[in-house]
Amino acid sequence: MTAFLHQIFSGLASGGIYASVALALVLIYQATHLVNFAQGEMAMFATYIAWALVQAGLPYWPAFLITLGIAFTGGVVIERVIIRPFDKAPVLASVCVFIGLLSIFNSLAGFIFTYTIKTFPSPFAERAWYGTRFLSPHETGEIAVTLALLVLVYAFFRFTPLGLAMRAAAQNPASSRLVGIRVGWMLALGWGLAAAAGAVAGMMAAPIVYLEPNMMGGVLLYGFAGALLGGIDNPWGAVLGGFIVGVLENLAGGYVVGADLKLTAALVIIVGVLVIRPSGLFGRPIATRV
Amino acid sequence: MTALLETRGLKAYYGPTPVLHGVDLEVEAGGITALLGANGAGKTTLLRAICAMVRREGEVRFADRALDGLATEDVVRLGVAHVPDGRGTFVHLTVEENLRLGAYTRADWARVAGDFERVYAYFPRLRERRRQQAGTLSGGEQQMLAISRALMLSPKLLLLDEPSFGLAPLVVKDIFRILRTINREESVSMLVVEQNATLALDLADHAYLLETGRVVMSGTAARIRGDESVRKSYLGY
Repeated sequence: MTAFLHQIFSGLASGGIYASVALALVLIYQATHLVNFAQGEMAMFATYIAWALVQAGLPYWPAFLITLGIAFTGGVVIERVIIRPFDKAPVLASVCVFIGLLSIFNSLAGFIFTYTIKTFPSPFAERAWYGTRFLSPHETGEIAVTLALLVLVYAFFRFTPLGLAMRAAAQNPASSRLVGIRVGWMLALGWGLAAAAGAVAGMMAAPIVYLEPNMMGGVLLYGFAGALLGGIDNPWGAVLGGFIVGVLENLAGGYVVGADLKLTAALVIIVGVLVIRPSGLFGRPIATRV
Repeated sequence: MTALLETRGLKAYYGPTPVLHGVDLEVEAGGITALLGANGAGKTTLLRAICAMVRREGEVRFADRALDGLATEDVVRLGVAHVPDGRGTFVHLTVEENLRLGAYTRADWARVAGDFERVYAYFPRLRERRRQQAGTLSGGEQQMLAISRALMLSPKLLLLDEPSFGLAPLVVKDIFRILRTINREESVSMLVVEQNATLALDLADHAYLLETGRVVMSGTAARIRGDESVRKSYLGY
């Protein structure tokens, strides 16, 4: 029983990381209906930036915040400079751009920081009051950070005029222009937010999976499975989906297929969702009168 | 009276296909101008061309300012509110969020609060449904919402694309009465595209008749209404 609970809780811990990645994917998907395959590598690169800042002597949290700022700016710049020109291109062209970005970031990280595996610090002390029998302090802290991220993103979209404008731009670009919203900039902002959310996932994952250029490969797949499971057009659903995938992955690894094959659990979830319920668990169709 | 909006030799294209072939048109400050014509005459395209939603050539001037090279959102920011064909409501957002978006570009928040009250006074149904998703409103309510959202911009000029489309006659009567009130009391000028020529000519003081992308007749509403061929082709008696 204890072992079972342990599997569930550590599943929630990795689920928190998948949830942040899923949230990042949804932020871009909502606005463009495209899945950014480079999301994981962008997050990995941001994590290297955080690592470099910490190496340069900065305390963890300032480095964390500066990294978020850099990731946000980077996301905006990538949208404006690289994605924008493919605005009206067919979907496959955009997919190629994403895959290109993926390999560029991967190689760039290897080129600048080498492929040697590095340890990445956790901001949460090894022994702390919030550590439990089932969750290490880092795992508890990481889940808290994920939930805080979710609340912030929710509050931004729900209560600020800019968040409302971004939702409007995602739903109906033509009408958004007619109320004076600069739709192109809203897309860029969405990329910035997604990049920042991804950076959070990277920095929370790195103490567990260690820092190396391929660290986010599996995480992206789990995050994508989580987003699909929860409903890729619903941020809440995607985050919940991320947690569910984390738990399922751990249980499958612990009791069904073994640790070596557990990545297949993500693929099984992806295929299963697409076959049985393409809109995901919480991607409800909204009633419209026409 | 001076012209608030003026087009000279306005041409518009969908891809390589020209739809407007050089339209000259004026909307007087404080006036209501109707745009009549059959399906496919280019009425909707003319409104879109004014707002830079389609590729265009020729001159568009608004409030003594050339609009060349401006993007749609910049034209809007000058005070041109467009109620598009199909209403263009944000169906997944609430009524109140739709109205808040209408005022998105404004910085005078104190007056925005007053404008909420004003549009709710015109259309009390919207106040009742302010927390409801816009997509669940009836057609008439959606049209009221689309007009209200445009008013939240505090516009100088309102472009209305078939405000009567698909609505019950009583609702249409109501909406047109309110449009007249808005025009008189708030001196919002209007350019109205309408299939229902009788309705449009009752509302408007000036009218233009479009045929296949060209103006074939223009003048005061009374003069157009009195024209024999217009009467036969568009008024149907």
